[in-house]
Formats: sequence, C-alpha cells, structure tokens
Amino acid sequence: MNAKALAFVLLALGSPAAAQGFAGLGGEAAGFEQVVPGKPLVFPQDFGAHPTFRTEWWYLTANLTDETGAPYGVQWTLFRQAGTPGEERSGWANQNVWMGHAAVTTATDHVFAETFARGGVGQAGALAQPFHAWIDDWSFSSEGDGLARAKISASGDAFRYAFDLAADGPLAPQGDGGFSLKSDEGGASYYFSQPFYKISGVVTLRGKEVKLKGLAWMDREWSSQPLGKTQKGWDWFSLHLASGEKVMLFRLRDETGRDFQAGTWISAGGAPQKLDRDDIVLTPLAQNEIAGRTLPARWRVQVKSRGLDVETKPVNPASFMATSFPYWEGPIAFDGSQRGEGYLEMTGYAPQAQR
Amino acid sequence: MRQVFWTLSTLLSHWRRRPGNFAALFVGLAIATALWSGVQALNAQARKSYDQAASVFSSGGAQSLTPASGATVPQDAYIKLRRAGWKVSPALEAAVLIHGAPYQLIGVEPLTLPRGGQLGGQIAARAEGGDFAAFLAPPGQTIAAPDTLRDLGAKEGDRVALDTGKILPPLRSSALAPPGALTVDIGVAQTLLDRPGQVSRLMLLKKPDAGTPPLASVVGEALRLPPPGEEEADLKRLTESFHLNLTAFGLLAFLVGLFIVHAAFGLAFEQRLPMVRTLRAVGASTRTLGAALFAEVALLALVAGGCGVIGGFELASALLPNVAASLDALYGARVAGRLALDPVWLLSGLGIALAGALAAAAGGLVKTLRLPILAAAQPFAWREAQRRFLRRRAILALLAFGAALAAYGFGDSLYSGFAVLAGLLIGAALLLPVLLSAALRLGERFAHAPLPNWFWADSRQQLPGLSLALTALLLAFATNVGVGGMVEGFRQTFAHWLDERLAAEVYFEAAGEPQARRIEDWLKRQPEVQALLPGASASVRLSGWPTGVIGMAADATYRDHFPMLDQTPDAWDAMKRGDSALISEQLWRRLKLGLGSSLDLPTARGMWRVQVVGVFPDYGNPKGQVRVDIDALSAHWPEAPRVSYGVRVAPAEAPRLIAALQARFGQDIARIADQAAIRKISTRIFEHTFAVTTALNTLTLVVSAIALLASLTTLADMRLAQVAPVWASGVSRRRLAQLEFLRIVALTAATAIVAVPLGLALAWCLVAVVNVQAFGWRLPYEMFPAQWASVLALALLTAAVAAIAPILRFVRTTPAQLARIFANER
Repeated sequence: MNAKALAFVLLALGSPAAAQGFAGLGGEAAGFEQVVPGKPLVFPQDFGAHPTFRTEWWYLTANLTDETGAPYGVQWTLFRQAGTPGEERSGWANQNVWMGHAAVTTATDHVFAETFARGGVGQAGALAQPFHAWIDDWSFSSEGDGLARAKISASGDAFRYAFDLAADGPLAPQGDGGFSLKSDEGGASYYFSQPFYKISGVVTLRGKEVKLKGLAWMDREWSSQPLGKTQKGWDWFSLHLASGEKVMLFRLRDETGRDFQAGTWISAGGAPQKLDRDDIVLTPLAQNEIAGRTLPARWRVQVKSRGLDVETKPVNPASFMATSFPYWEGPIAFDGSQRGEGYLEMTGYAPQAQR
Repeated sequence: MRQVFWTLSTLLSHWRRRPGNFAALFVGLAIATALWSGVQALNAQARKSYDQAASVFSSGGAQSLTPASGATVPQDAYIKLRRAGWKVSPALEAAVLIHGAPYQLIGVEPLTLPRGGQLGGQIAARAEGGDFAAFLAPPGQTIAAPDTLRDLGAKEGDRVALDTGKILPPLRSSALAPPGALTVDIGVAQTLLDRPGQVSRLMLLKKPDAGTPPLASVVGEALRLPPPGEEEADLKRLTESFHLNLTAFGLLAFLVGLFIVHAAFGLAFEQRLPMVRTLRAVGASTRTLGAALFAEVALLALVAGGCGVIGGFELASALLPNVAASLDALYGARVAGRLALDPVWLLSGLGIALAGALAAAAGGLVKTLRLPILAAAQPFAWREAQRRFLRRRAILALLAFGAALAAYGFGDSLYSGFAVLAGLLIGAALLLPVLLSAALRLGERFAHAPLPNWFWADSRQQLPGLSLALTALLLAFATNVGVGGMVEGFRQTFAHWLDERLAAEVYFEAAGEPQARRIEDWLKRQPEVQALLPGASASVRLSGWPTGVIGMAADATYRDHFPMLDQTPDAWDAMKRGDSALISEQLWRRLKLGLGSSLDLPTARGMWRVQVVGVFPDYGNPKGQVRVDIDALSAHWPEAPRVSYGVRVAPAEAPRLIAALQARFGQDIARIADQAAIRKISTRIFEHTFAVTTALNTLTLVVSAIALLASLTTLADMRLAQVAPVWASGVSRRRLAQLEFLRIVALTAATAIVAVPLGLALAWCLVAVVNVQAFGWRLPYEMFPAQWASVLALALLTAAVAAIAPILRFVRTTPAQLARIFANER
C-alpha cells in the first residue's frame, strides 16, 4: 500500500487539501470516481492510467544481490495525481501532475532521485496496451502482452539502472478481488500486485557498474480517497518468504489510537488470501534516529493464523527518502519462523521538532 | 570664516537684485543637469535590466538551450530532451504591452524549475501560502514584484488585460519576482502570446552526465547551448551603440545647458565688478573673495543641480517607456518599466552639476580674482578687447574644425564619429561671434547716418554679452536641422524600403513542417494565390557576430522588388544556382566584403563557401544577414524548418485569405499577418527609436530659447545706460524700441541662417558616420528645405518672444528715469 506518494504531490503542490487527513488522502474527493466493492479488475486496461480517479501509482521494489552476494535494494515509483476532477484536458491545461521516485540501496549507501512532470504534454504517462509507464527517461514497459515480461529503468545524480523483469506467477488482486479497504470510514483503493518477478540487470552506482539479480514486487493501486481523516501515516511490508510464498501487510496509524491493519497471504502458486485485521501483529522493536526523526528500525511481524513470527532488519537503516515529502523506504531481511527478504515503507513520522 | 560669510552674503545679494540673471543661471544649470542625468538614468536602468534579465535565467551561472534559429522551438523538443534524460525546464518569454508600457511575460513550468532559482523561488514562495496548486489550476496566477503591481496600478487578485485584449491570470505579489516581469504558467503564456506549443528556451538544470545522449542526437540542430555569458554579451554589444547614441545626445544637451550657465555667470561677474572692487577696497582679501566665490558657485550648483537631478529623474521616467520599447523591438532586450532612484546616480548628478558650474564659471572666477583694485569697473576699450577675443575664437574654431577633419579622416569607430560631431559643433560655436561680428562690421561700413552707425556699432558692442546665448541657440537650431533631417530622411527611406521588402501581401509561419506542407498544398490550389514564397532560416556566427542565414526562392517577386544597394548583373541567377549569396549592408561593412568576395558559412557539415553577388539594405537589424537560395539552405541545414511563407495575392484578397487560412488550419499556423500589420509594427519600432532623439532635440531647443530670453533680460538693465544718451540726443523711445527689437531679431535670424548649413553638416555626419558606426547601415542623405524654413520661423518667433519683455520694460521707462540714468552714468 504505497499511498505515500500522493502525499508528496499534494504537499509539493501545497494543495489546501494537504490539511485534510494525511497529505490530503483523507480530503474531499467529490467529482472523482469512487472506489466501490465488487467491481472486477480488467486487464490490460487497469495497467494504464485511470484519469477519472484522483490518484494512482505504479510501484516496483526489488531485493537483489551482486556476484559476491552483497544485498541491494531498488525502487521505481510513478505517481499520478489530478488537481481537479472533470474530463482530462489536453496540453498544459491538463490537470494531472506526475511524480517519479527511484532509489538504489546497499548496506552502506542509499541514493535516490525525484522528478515531476505535467500531464497532457507527453513528459510522463501510462498506457495499458502495450503497457508503458514513463516519466522523463525513466520507463517501465512490458515486452509483449500483459506484464509477465518487462523492462524497467531510471537514473539519478549518482546512479543509473536498467533491469529485465520476468514473472513466474500470476497477478495477485489484494483485498476482496482488488478492493482494498483502508479505513473504517470506507476509504479504499483498487489494488493488485505482481509479487513473482525475477529481476536481473545492471546498476551503475557512483560510476561503478554492478550486475545484479533477485526478486521484485510490483504494486498497482488507484483511488480517489483512500485514507480516513484521522489516519496520519503507515507502515507497509512486502515479504518474499523462502518458501516461495508472498505476504503483504500494512498498518495505518490513526490519531484516535485505533490503527487499521490489513494484509494478503499469497501462496507460492499465486492464490491470494485476505488476512483478518486481528490476525496481524506488527510490533516495532528498536528505534532508530534518522533525518531528525525517530523511526522503528526493527520489527516483529506476526501472522498468527499462518504461524509467521519473524524479526525484520533493514539492509541499511539510513534508507531515507529525503524527497519533497520524506519517508523511509528500503530493503529488509527477516529471520524467525521463516527466512526471507522484502521491502518496508514507513511514512508520516514527523521530525522531532514538530512532535 | 566670518569674512567669507559676509563676502558671500554680499555676492549673493546680486542675485536678489537680478532675478533674471539668477533665473538664467538656475534654469540653465538645472536643465543641463536634468538632461545629462536623465540620459544617465536611462542607460543605467537599461543596463541594470539586462543584468536582471540575464540573472532570471542564468542565476548561479545556469545555462539555457536556445533556438538555433527564430525565437521559439516546438515544445516537442522539450519532451524529447526530458525523455532522453536531459534535465531541462521550458520557458516562453516575450515582451508584452500593458497600457502601452512594456513588461516581460515569462511562462514557466513550475514542477521542473529548481526551487532554488529565482523563478522557482518566487513560485515556491507563493506556494508556502498554500497557492502552488492555484498557480497551475485555472485560471492560474500571475506572479509579479510589488513594484510591478504598483506600476500596473493593480492589487493582488486583479486581472489585468494585455494591450492585445488577452487577460492575465489574477495577480499575486512576490518580492522575489524580477522587476517588470510577469510570471505565469507556460501553458497560460502560450495562450496569451498566441504561441501554442512553442517554447523560447530550455533552462538546463543540470549538466547532462555521461549516460545522456548528446543534444544533436535528440533534437538535431533545433537547439544550441550558447557558451556561458554569450547571451548577455550579445545583448550588451548590440545595445552598446544605442546607449552611446543616447549618451552623445545627453552630452550635447548638457553642453548647451552649460553655455547658458557660462553666459549667466559671465554676466554676473561682469555686473559685479564694481561690487568686487568695493569689497576688495574694504579689506576682503583675494583668498576670502576666492573662497566666497567658490562657495557661491558650489551653493548654486547644488541647489540648481539638485532640482536638475529631480528633473532628470522625471525626464527619464517619461522617456523610459519609449526607450524600453525600442530596446525591446530592436534587440529583444527588456528594460524594467519603472526607474529606481539610485543614490550613486543622485550623487554623480550633483557632481556633474558642480563640475559643469565650475567649468562654466572658471573664466569669470579667474578674471574677478585677478582684478586690480584700482582698475576701472566699467569695461573699457571694448573694441580692442573684442578684436582680440574674436581673433582668439577664430583660431580655436579652426583648430576644432581641423580636429573634426582629422577624426573623420583617421577614425573608424563610433567614438571618432562623435569626435567629428563635437569638433564641428564646437568649431561652429566658436566661429559664430566672429561671423556675426564680421556681418555687423559690414553693416557699419555701409551705414552713413549717425543713428544706423550707432545701431551697428552698438550691436557689435553687445555681441559678447549675447554671443553665448546665440551660440546655444545655434547649436540647438543646428541639432534640430540635423537630427530632424536624419529622422525625416530615415522615415522616408524606411517607408520606401518596407514597401519593397514586404513584397508579399500575407506572411505566416506554420507550427511545424508537416503542417507547413499541408498548408502549402492547399494554398497552391487556391486560384487567387499568385505566388508562394517559402522561407527558412539558420543562425551562424561570422567573425563572432550573430548572423542569420535566410533561405528564399529567387522568385520574380524578389527579383522585381527586393531592395538592393549593389549587385552583380546575374545576382539572382547565381543565387538560384546555390553557390552565391546576398549579404546585408551591415555584414558588408563589418566584414569588409565586396561583390565577388567569397564568404565561408559554418554549417553542421563543415564550411560552405558562397560568393557574394549582392548587398542589400537591412535597416534596424542588429545582426548580420545572409540570403541564399532556399533549396541550398535546406541542403546545408536539413534541420532548418521550412515553415515561413510569404503569399502573393491581390491586396484586396489578403484579409479573406488570412481568415480562410485561420479557419481551415487553426493552430497549425503559429503566426499570420498581412503586410499592413507588419508594416505598422515595423514603423512603430522606428518611431519609438527616434522618439527619444526627438524629445531630447526639442528639449535642447527649449533650453536655448530660455538662454536667449535670460540673456536679453539680463542685458536689458545694462542697455538702459547705453541707450539713455541716444535718447538724450533726441531719438524717441518708440524708435529706440524698434531698433532694439530689430537688432535681436536680426541677430537671431543670422544665427539661424548659420545654423542651417551647420545642421546639414551635422545630418551628414549623423547618417554617414555616426549611424554607420552605431548600427552598421547608412541612410541616404536628403535635404528638407521646408524643415529649414520652420526652424527659421521658430528662430524668429523665439527672438520676438524673448525681445518683448526687455523692450516693454524700456518703453515703460519714464523720461525722468532715463534722464537720471544718463546723468548718473556720465
């Protein structure tokens, strides 16, 4: 659940809506299409943009290793945010703003880049068939039909990467067939993932070329009002279990103290199973100081019904994205009842001074 | 110290008793300072604006990609570059007029702008108020500096209309905004400027790294990356001549003003000789007197200079819109529409007033200080003194003419052009009293009755007192004839040249090549279209000078109409062959080329050698121009878009064709105008350019008229003593008044007659020397006798008006007063 992104756009644009809930995601969505349960996902259309919804994102995280076995994390994200509802206008008058984030993380290094683009002029966009999402020279495009094979690339001040993706499992709808509830007030998004990507390619980090391969996880999500007014941030996990199973978990922290939790257990064959709210226990362990904020460094993650009880550790505790809207996002490894790796995203942790 | 104070008080009392003399001094110095500092303020404002304009896009040394040819490129180039990894941000800038005043409209794309830069900063600053989205969402915002808002007479939230009728988004104030700039979203700017899909520059936010494809592989030759500082350097170089011209006129006006000051001081010192003698006699030392005199000059200079500086500020404010408009039209340089009061400028204005006053008073000061205590106060043996005076002047005049001739013969810069002008003017100014004296002596020789004899002799005696005012008048008249002749000559030449140059009836530019082909096909099928003249252009640098290469078809229209200064007999056929070129007069002069010379044009594929087969006038173009066959141009610059067209139709068909093109092709046409519209725009540019010249010219004339008036008023009192004996000899007051009037009018008329040839010499110097050096083109030299007549009439009118007051005073003097003066003086 990588709704973080929208926050950036809204904050970056200083929208008055930013005062509403977390980064505007709890704001009024009148005029935009609403997310309703029971509506089936349609492919390939849902690969592309949904301009009638206020916001959406294409999101890829990958856990990789180089030839020596050293761990790497890679992130590629594209967000779309509409300023005002209504029919999409052409040219500069287009109401969409696009934002890209990309990052490369190692145990000792974390580099990231951010870029913005206006809709309507071709600088950024997302087409369904064949799938192609881009902003500037960053690109995520399918090779052939569907998303099974794809290429992804991005670059920043200190890095440049290009990877091939090949999925060995099906797409996984999250929540109830793609309807992912986010709050007790009914905030929700349409959400599906491709957690079965094998990824390989080359990253040039600070002038040094490294061949990498590993596992990648793609998320696709769109909504008009995903968050409740009192939800102030979230912690989100994507886990590749050594067994081949995949797990997605999130916790939306609520001002009122009643946090909202949800998750999906995806079998090694690709069958998704929604997890009950009380089945999930997420417990921050050690805290870490970074960028003037105190953030959980390690977590105890439990899914009681599945007997999952692991402790996660960041590959690099300093995986902080000091972008227009800052957050922590980086690769993790975990050990316990199961071993494996994954990605963690933590948003909405205010700097000390603001607490 | 107390002695100095009392001496100063005594000296100053003179001005109270002679308000006319004081007025002359004050007005002269104030106006001289005003004209000089006004011009300085204009120049300083323009230069400041160049720097500010440069820093808008290049703060911190940032560079921009600019169109290789033309003012804009399709924004497609922006998208291509972004998608190739180039970190660029698009902008569309142009000058707009609001209530006739120029402003710089800047369209930016806020999401790709660096927040740290000046443009990004002003938007980000607004965003902190929660308005960043409001900048993007319709109707958007216009961000402007508080000063700019004040100039517009608008407040935040107001929507101001451009003079084209289009309405700006609501105004928002930001202290970070550049002066005179109106920042809007790029999409809004494209709509306001009728430039859909066009950008004028791409700001380079970050140097492309090793993995980024090179510029040419992405956008071909459409964009170039000028070396750092090139844009500013070009602007400064191109506008330098303009400013130098302005400075020269300012200097001329200042000198004319100083003549007045000199005259006024001269008179004051003359009149105060008895007073000075008395002061010395009662014990004031030379040192005390010197200090007091110096303090007096300084005091007057500060008071009059202070008023002059204020006047200069007002003058500059009044002229600024015209200066700004012509700088913008000629060079694309934007100058902020509002002057800021700069303390350095203020002090330098006072300084020049003081320096000028001291220079003007120097002669009188020295003479007064050297005065022997017991010498007679009255000027004596004036004839002998005058003869020496005139001889010295004649020699100096010859020296000045000699210097002018030398400057013409040996110099080849704008400075030497001005040196010719200065030598000519100074020489003439020095020579005027000599000429007038000679004329009067001639008159005296032919006078056989006592009264005419007295008239001529007395006129000669008055000459030194009047000569400075008359000299000022001479300079003003001559400038008027010269500048007026140049402007009028240029207006006629230019109108004629435009008629020939604008051979086609309709001009348009397509939004892109494919659109151009479609429109071309359609036009070819229209029966009313007599000819279609395609055009394309590329930019090169020849000897470092920005030069446009224009491709044109050697069509019959051009063969018949295109104005040429010189050409080989087969120029057009040679051009059509593709190995020859026509070059502009500016290029011809600068590169010292001749017909048959070969010229190497740098292209992306190496040097292209062409032969010069013709030279054409290209008035007003600050850059060089080469014209070649359009197909040859396309062969050497395949990327140069062929999107410009001239269409020949019957003039009556033009409006209908434009309407049809717009209806049919809409946004495919980036710009379209008929001949009349283009002519109107071009003519307006030149009117603006000469508006400043004309204004300064008129002011100089006014100053001279004031000088004459002041001199006559001051002299009137002295005259009484000289006229009283004549009256006592039995000449009626009425008769004497007539003679006085006649004298003034005759002297002024004589001055005006001398001014005409001087003005013609000046005009020749302006068109053949100064203009060529300043702008690179030479105007035909033409004469306008009607203009001379009007200057003559103006001279007589000035003299009449100036003479009336003193004469009325004389007529009103009672016989008893005259008798008393007669008795006292003798």
